[in-house]
Amino acid sequence: MKTLKDVAVGESATIIKIHGEGKVKRRIMDMGITKGTEVFVRKVAPLGDPIEITVRGYELSLRKADAEILEIS
Amino acid sequence: MNLKIALAGNPNCGKTTLFNSLTGSTQYVGNWPGVTVEKKEGRLIRNKDVIIQDLPGIYSLSPYSMEEVVSRNYLVNEKPDAILNIVDGTNIERNLYLTTQILEIGLPTVVAINMMDAVDKNGDKIDIEKISKTLGCRVVTMSALNEEGVFEAANACIEAAKEPVKECPHVFSGSVEHALAHIEESIQDKVDKQTLRWHAIKIFERDKEDYKSLHLSEDLLSHLEEHIKDCEEEMDDDAESIITNQRYEYIQKLVSTSVVKKHEKGKLTTSDKIDRVLTNRVLALPLFALIMFVVYYIAMGPLGTFLTDWTNDVLFGEIVPGAVDGFLSSIGVIDWVKSLVIDGIVGGVGTVLGFVPQIAILFILLSILEDSGYMARVAFIFDRIFRRFGLSGKSFIPMVVGTGCGVPAIMSCRTIEEEKDRRMTIMLATFIPCAAKMEIVLIMTQAFFEGNALIATGMYFVGIAIVVVFGIILKKMNIFSGDPAPFVMELPAYHFPSIKGIFIHVWERVKGFMIKAGTIIFLACIVLWLLMNFNFSLQLVDLEESMLKVIGEKIAFIFAPLGFGTWQGAVASVSAEIAKEQATATLGMLAHAASEDEADVVLAIRSLFNNNSWTGLSFMLFNIFNAPCLVAIATAFREQGSFKWGLFTFIFQMCVGYTLALCTYNIGMFVTAGVFNIATIFAFVLVLVILILLFRPVKKN
Repeated sequence: MKTLKDVAVGESATIIKIHGEGKVKRRIMDMGITKGTEVFVRKVAPLGDPIEITVRGYELSLRKADAEILEIS
Repeated sequence: MNLKIALAGNPNCGKTTLFNSLTGSTQYVGNWPGVTVEKKEGRLIRNKDVIIQDLPGIYSLSPYSMEEVVSRNYLVNEKPDAILNIVDGTNIERNLYLTTQILEIGLPTVVAINMMDAVDKNGDKIDIEKISKTLGCRVVTMSALNEEGVFEAANACIEAAKEPVKECPHVFSGSVEHALAHIEESIQDKVDKQTLRWHAIKIFERDKEDYKSLHLSEDLLSHLEEHIKDCEEEMDDDAESIITNQRYEYIQKLVSTSVVKKHEKGKLTTSDKIDRVLTNRVLALPLFALIMFVVYYIAMGPLGTFLTDWTNDVLFGEIVPGAVDGFLSSIGVIDWVKSLVIDGIVGGVGTVLGFVPQIAILFILLSILEDSGYMARVAFIFDRIFRRFGLSGKSFIPMVVGTGCGVPAIMSCRTIEEEKDRRMTIMLATFIPCAAKMEIVLIMTQAFFEGNALIATGMYFVGIAIVVVFGIILKKMNIFSGDPAPFVMELPAYHFPSIKGIFIHVWERVKGFMIKAGTIIFLACIVLWLLMNFNFSLQLVDLEESMLKVIGEKIAFIFAPLGFGTWQGAVASVSAEIAKEQATATLGMLAHAASEDEADVVLAIRSLFNNNSWTGLSFMLFNIFNAPCLVAIATAFREQGSFKWGLFTFIFQMCVGYTLALCTYNIGMFVTAGVFNIATIFAFVLVLVILILLFRPVKKN
């Protein structure tokens, strides 16, 4: 399974499924990362985690551990 | 007749700026009952009958965060007369997500599209008519920063409150609508017609917060559960996700037909360029250090020191006492009352107000960093470190501010969204030694360690170690455990902060500090002064014969296991709670040095602690790493939002300081002098307990 964690900086991917459950999943989806959304990985924080992505036209930061539940095509 | 308008919207949508414009100086700031979420209320400037209720900035009405629960309970149970939903026009897709949820509550709603100046500047076009028609509510545009259209938005709410609410938009697809219709049918006699849709969706999402309040029978719930399960199977997803997905699909469709973005892909905005530098892999950390240095240089450097010294030494040292003295003498008040007023009240309250200039400057600078969007990046940069002990990058700022003063450190915890993290950070931030505690370090190192500067540096490391160790221990406790807080944080575009907004914000904080901390300190000062100057027959006496000495003797046994179980040690520790730097003055007073000469004072203090370095170290550790001074304790009580949590914070901090001093003193004496007694056993047991708490495996539920 390929996840958002595997996407290199400067590349885009389309989310096909969101794994996990409860609070973290709900929060991620509330922020607009839903099935079929295209996200662009902008950068990695200076210490290697978290990452910054562009989704629905705004910037969002997200830990790599959370990026792992986002399956991409 | 009073009309209530609730302001709802995402964080960073300009809600606070709008609230300030609408209410001017009539705001009331407090907390929502029992939680650390801020509650703001005010009256509309041009129409005092209208009350504006500001709700916390939220992304959704899910039941997962305190802010969201507070907002939805308010909207659903208190039923304001109208909702003004602020939408950031430059980020319309995600902002409308909350709008779809708000409309389901069934209250008169006006959508105000904000930041129109930025939208126009970007060359984007928004079809207001189309959005209004699709959503079935009034839609207005405004620019809260330029105060354009703000009162028109409020008037639209007043108008909307008089009209019947239209049916809410059809967001969901066939099979979901089918399930929702079933749920609506079976609960329609239990809820208002207006809120029917809201409750139906909540039941579909299996939102326990909501259906607990409806008291539905087991039979009905299991019947509805079948419908939900059918729908989930058909859509191959869980109910919550189905709803979220369909909301965004609906919005995407609406936005694609009503918003035209003048898109220039690949072109970097100014904000992008700034961000490239500030979060650069190599430059991020040095730049952060530089920015923090500048903040400190301004707040604690020449300007801050001048203002603090002036407030303490001139305003409350000469001008106010002089004036009060003159006034009291002129009306012929007796001496002890004069002393109470001047030494006790003016002196004590002066100490509190002495904090104000530095707090104000620190807050102005921190607000600029916060408003400009830099704080979010700081959290982004440091998250990796703080996550290791269960906090997020947002806890970093209070710790940094804490090196200056614990009071603004605790107050700056408000920017932490997650309630558990916020409570924990309030409990931990003051372990980082503040400027006043450094005075204790200074005098004790002079007395016992030949003024070795490494001791002072070492104290910062001990502080950091305490934050890390007890951060991990607290996180493993039941009250703080549970789902890890997701660090899914918006990084807003950098922009120039609004000067007016910053001043209102800083004034709110400073005012709150002066009122709440001021009243407690005022009382404490009177009590302490009475204890210091009177004996139990209420005669005016010297400190050596005062009630304080008797009390000190009574409580000295508490400090015996720490090595300084004398009345002087007890009194100095108690006075350190009034203000940490007070401990040095008290020690000086109690030590009876041969002269004012520093060498003599240091010698006298040594003898106060039996010339034993372990005793001196123990006293220093206890007073630095126990609860902070009274002003900071009062602030912690206020910011924790409940007496229970305030007390828990205080007891926790006292235990940490006591344990640290006890273990250091007794283990030190055992290793270097072979002293072994019951306290030594205690010390080893405590070390063991801390190690167990630290390394115990976490139960996964």
